[in-house]
Amino acid sequence: MSLNLTDVTLTYPDGDSRLTALDHVSLDVPKGTLTAVIGPSGSGKSSLLAVAATLITPDSGTVTVDGTTTAGLTRAELTDLRRHKIGIVFQQPNLLPSLTAAEQLQVIAHLDGRSPTRARGRAMELLDAVGLAAQANRRPHQLSGGQRQRVNIARALMNDPTVLLVDEPTSALDHERGAAVIDLITRLTHQQATATVLVTHDRTLLTAVEQVAEVDDGRLRLPAPAR
Amino acid sequence: MFVAWRDLRFAKGRFALVGAVIVLITLLVGLLSGLTAGLGRQNVSAITGLPANKIAFEPPGGGQDLSYANSTVTEEQWRQWAAAPGVTSAEPLGITTTKATAGDRSAGVSAFGVRPGAALAPDSDRIDDDSAVLSRDAADELGLGPGDALTVAGHPLTVAAVSGDASFSHTPVIWVSLDAWQEITPTAGDGPSATVIALDTTSGVDVKATDEATGTRTVSTSSSLSAIGSYPSENGSLQLMRGFLFAISALVIGAFFTVWTIQRSADVAVLKALGASTANLLRDALGQAVVLLAGGTLVGTVVAVALGALLGGTAVPFLLTPATVLTPAAVMILLGALGAALSIRRITSVDPLTALGSAR
Repeated sequence: MSLNLTDVTLTYPDGDSRLTALDHVSLDVPKGTLTAVIGPSGSGKSSLLAVAATLITPDSGTVTVDGTTTAGLTRAELTDLRRHKIGIVFQQPNLLPSLTAAEQLQVIAHLDGRSPTRARGRAMELLDAVGLAAQANRRPHQLSGGQRQRVNIARALMNDPTVLLVDEPTSALDHERGAAVIDLITRLTHQQATATVLVTHDRTLLTAVEQVAEVDDGRLRLPAPAR
Repeated sequence: MFVAWRDLRFAKGRFALVGAVIVLITLLVGLLSGLTAGLGRQNVSAITGLPANKIAFEPPGGGQDLSYANSTVTEEQWRQWAAAPGVTSAEPLGITTTKATAGDRSAGVSAFGVRPGAALAPDSDRIDDDSAVLSRDAADELGLGPGDALTVAGHPLTVAAVSGDASFSHTPVIWVSLDAWQEITPTAGDGPSATVIALDTTSGVDVKATDEATGTRTVSTSSSLSAIGSYPSENGSLQLMRGFLFAISALVIGAFFTVWTIQRSADVAVLKALGASTANLLRDALGQAVVLLAGGTLVGTVVAVALGALLGGTAVPFLLTPATVLTPAAVMILLGALGAALSIRRITSVDPLTALGSAR
């Protein structure tokens, strides 16, 4: 398994008591598969993603990314793990305003000290894969919402991650563009052989995922595969 | 510096604005430094140019500070110092500020009395009771050259030579013989005397014991500068202004980068979430600040040097040297970087979790 959560519990302080965001959640996501996590607002979807992204340490349970258990890792080691193994597609594109589309991807390689020439080549490959090769030198304000989201997706793949975490990628898009983005993520999951977790509230877009899990009040239910 | 360079290019207006502030502050600091050094030179160059490492004064009474204006030393004291162990050279030096006249021109000058042939004055072997060596400024102000006649406090003299650019207490120096100096100095007292004794000593000298034996108080040549009437207050005021400008510069840079860092907190959170280390982000931000500071300081320094070169040909006492140009520039960059470093440390507290679900 590329991503494994075992018996993960996460609570937040809530006045004098604690609010349970994830309640003994277990999830396996193999390489090359896409698991959709659905549920209403406040159900714990984003908390699940944050724990899988190593941005929050759970109260109990274990998170394993490509064979590395995150418990006990230092902050620097967790940062290193994210840089090498995890790709994140943010809900909003979160592109840096001063960088062109290609540079949004190249900065990931720069953080890892990779060769600028090879980084540029890889960035162009990924932009081509998301249909934006012609827009490589445009800055975020020169791109449409859908184009920005595709740059966001390509950026998440720049470090060749084994785990791809996708947070509500269609929330700012209309249905047609949303469906195209989900299709793109599905295709890239298979092409890049990533273990992908897609958090969404829109069930109607889930036509080609291997596994659909539903979060409700912090508990995860794994119903039958969507197809 | 991947993001830093691109930010600099992208947000040109913002960086140009703060860059312009750095240029102006550097220009102001540069001009003030040149003026401080120029005024200082007008005040002390005759003393700092002496071939002496110590100056012996008459001890002031009543808890007063040492003063070139109030000191008088005797020949006996000078001879005692000259005979003391560890003293390579002891020369009496008379100093008085007076008026020199040549034809219809007159100027305030500092008459420095030395023994003819003493190493204290330039071309001192040409000095005698009727001949004086004039600094270039004194010669220019009086319109004199070698062989011309002048009167110093009513004492007729001939210009033996024009040499050096020594000045004291903002007046150009005229080097005269000690005897001539005693004649033009009404308060010189009974018998041969001078203002101070210029000493060149080795490490073997026992200053305290010799001071006690001779009844003098001896300080280093650099410490003696505070005994020149206006020098400490004038120099102190200008240095205080320079210090404030350095502090203002650090605060401006700090304030700019505080706002800039707050504005790009969301970007920092995204980069952290994507695997950027805090150290990497701090290096990037500090590098950006140093580039901005170095660029602004370089432009400001070049403009200050150009203006300084123009001022050099005027009556403004402006001194252009590596110390007056490079030192303030280096301090500007150092303090600015310090201000920026204090501002950008908030990068360490940005939580990458805020990138998830954050809206922009």
